[in-house]
Amino acid sequence: MRVTQGTFSFLPDFTDQQIHEQVQYCIDNGWAVSIEYTDDPHPRNTYWEMWGHPMFDNPDAAAVVYELNECRKVYGSYYIRIIAFDSSPGWESIRLSFIVNRPAEEPGFKLSRTEVKGRNIQYSITPYSSDKPQGSRYK
Amino acid sequence: MPDGDKKLDAKARYSAGVLEYKKMGYWEPDYLPKDTDVIALFRITPQDGVDPIEAAAAVAGESSTATWTVVWTDRLTACEKYRAKAYRVDPTPNNPNEYFAYIAYELDLFEPGSIANLTASIIGNVFGFKPLKALRLEDMRLPVAYVKTFQGPATGIVVERERLNCYGRPLLGATVKPKLGLSGRNYGRVVYEALKGGLDFTKDDENINSQPFMHWRDRFLYCMEAVNRASAATGEVKGTYLNVTAGTMEEMYKRAEFAKELGSVIIMIDLVIGYTAIQSMAKWARDNDMILHLHRAGHGTYTRQKSHGVSFRVIAKWMRLAGVDHIHAGTVVGKLEGDPATTKGYYDICREEQNSVSLETGVFFDQDWASLNKVMPVASGGIHAGQMHQLIHYLGEDVVLQFGGGTIGHPQGIAAGATANRVALEAMVYARNAGRDYLAEGPTILAEAAKTCTPLREALDIWKDVTFDYASTDAPDFVPTTSVS
Repeated sequence: MRVTQGTFSFLPDFTDQQIHEQVQYCIDNGWAVSIEYTDDPHPRNTYWEMWGHPMFDNPDAAAVVYELNECRKVYGSYYIRIIAFDSSPGWESIRLSFIVNRPAEEPGFKLSRTEVKGRNIQYSITPYSSDKPQGSRYK
Repeated sequence: MPDGDKKLDAKARYSAGVLEYKKMGYWEPDYLPKDTDVIALFRITPQDGVDPIEAAAAVAGESSTATWTVVWTDRLTACEKYRAKAYRVDPTPNNPNEYFAYIAYELDLFEPGSIANLTASIIGNVFGFKPLKALRLEDMRLPVAYVKTFQGPATGIVVERERLNCYGRPLLGATVKPKLGLSGRNYGRVVYEALKGGLDFTKDDENINSQPFMHWRDRFLYCMEAVNRASAATGEVKGTYLNVTAGTMEEMYKRAEFAKELGSVIIMIDLVIGYTAIQSMAKWARDNDMILHLHRAGHGTYTRQKSHGVSFRVIAKWMRLAGVDHIHAGTVVGKLEGDPATTKGYYDICREEQNSVSLETGVFFDQDWASLNKVMPVASGGIHAGQMHQLIHYLGEDVVLQFGGGTIGHPQGIAAGATANRVALEAMVYARNAGRDYLAEGPTILAEAAKTCTPLREALDIWKDVTFDYASTDAPDFVPTTSVS
């Protein structure tokens, strides 16, 4: 399966040139761009690991693409995403988030059901990969 | 000012009998509205022979303190303060029988935090008043002090996106069809296919409550099976608007609690449940971290005709105060009423921190929303993937695009329909961000994306000629003109 979180997961994977274009769009809007990576793609895993701080005051998307490729050298088998933060009043949140690197194989998620009273079912979603300890999930 | 319009001294004013409203103090052409006044703009159509100023004064009177005759008990009150004041009457640009009447209301006339109280005055008895042929509430200016007495949207656009982990693009939804008759089991199938295929949300329709063919508990259970299955299949947070509309508040709370117990991220209500019920559900939603979707069922009965009723821009303002997170606000290009400029005005009211006067979009007042959360507008009704460039151009990024028929009617099935919509959307946002003239190049951008997405190719082929091109019944009165220099 393909994890389809993020703004562009239904499009073919981006080239570095395409990533550059989208990052420059964020920078031109005044947003700080950040790189994050994880080996736990659970839909509610909010806090992926940060590859450094958001790049405040960076005017050039090339610097982000450079850092992305540095990150890939270390975490090339992980999910990596680009996130853009908008600090303006009324937002102060993320404005764009898209996956730019993913494992060669994505085994997907296990859905567990616990039947409780009143025909109610409690659901739990677990990435198959997270049976293994952090750091050894995608090789 | 003609002598007849002047105010009277106290003795003449309070003598028993019937007096023109404009002489009773409801017409004050020199009045300068205070920052704390509520201001209402009415479109009035006086009966033949009725002076428009007297008609405006009558509206001010009947929507505040007046009755049809002079009462001495006024003099036991600070009546000058409590009288609404018509202070400006303008002819409308396009109809000699209609006038715009501006009326200012003292803040103390209103109970804090109650849409019911506000509307009982502003659209109460006055709308049946005989000297008027027709009356329409066009817009309102709500002072910050009053805005701050309302909770506002339970969740708001920013937190909704954070909770859904979805940024940078419109959200995608679909209403389950056929809207009536599916069993709970079959209904959940549509939800599963649509969410798995790429939508963020599916939706109950306004009249899906708890009928013989499908009782509400069954629907909720099957829908949540579908939501969780789709979430596991995609790694995304998914939701389905579980409609909790019911005959009593007790029943609505019961259904909302069950939706919460099942882990739903969103519930839904209909406008027809009434303002107080909406405010109660908004409070419940805030207390329970639930997104609250409002379907504007019924609004067309009083918003659509330009001469009489309440403009939808006013309903949008009341609903932002009342505290809903989603509101259907028009599509521009779809099958339901919606002039592009007027619709832009509605969207601005939902989403801006502050609205500025913009007559060409029907916004008559500056409005400071005082950090109340923003409402996510919903575009639903007769839209399809081939219109994606127009939808993003007119409606922007913070909107839910709902393709019901445009998902479920896809020749390759529901999941394929959903995928077509999602690919079209992502391709268009990508092109916009990359700096392309996506409105002009829209069809090319879609055709390029369809090269690697057969479902999109099929959607574009089957719906390419579908448009709904009818004249609007509610276009703005003012159009921008180019000045010649």
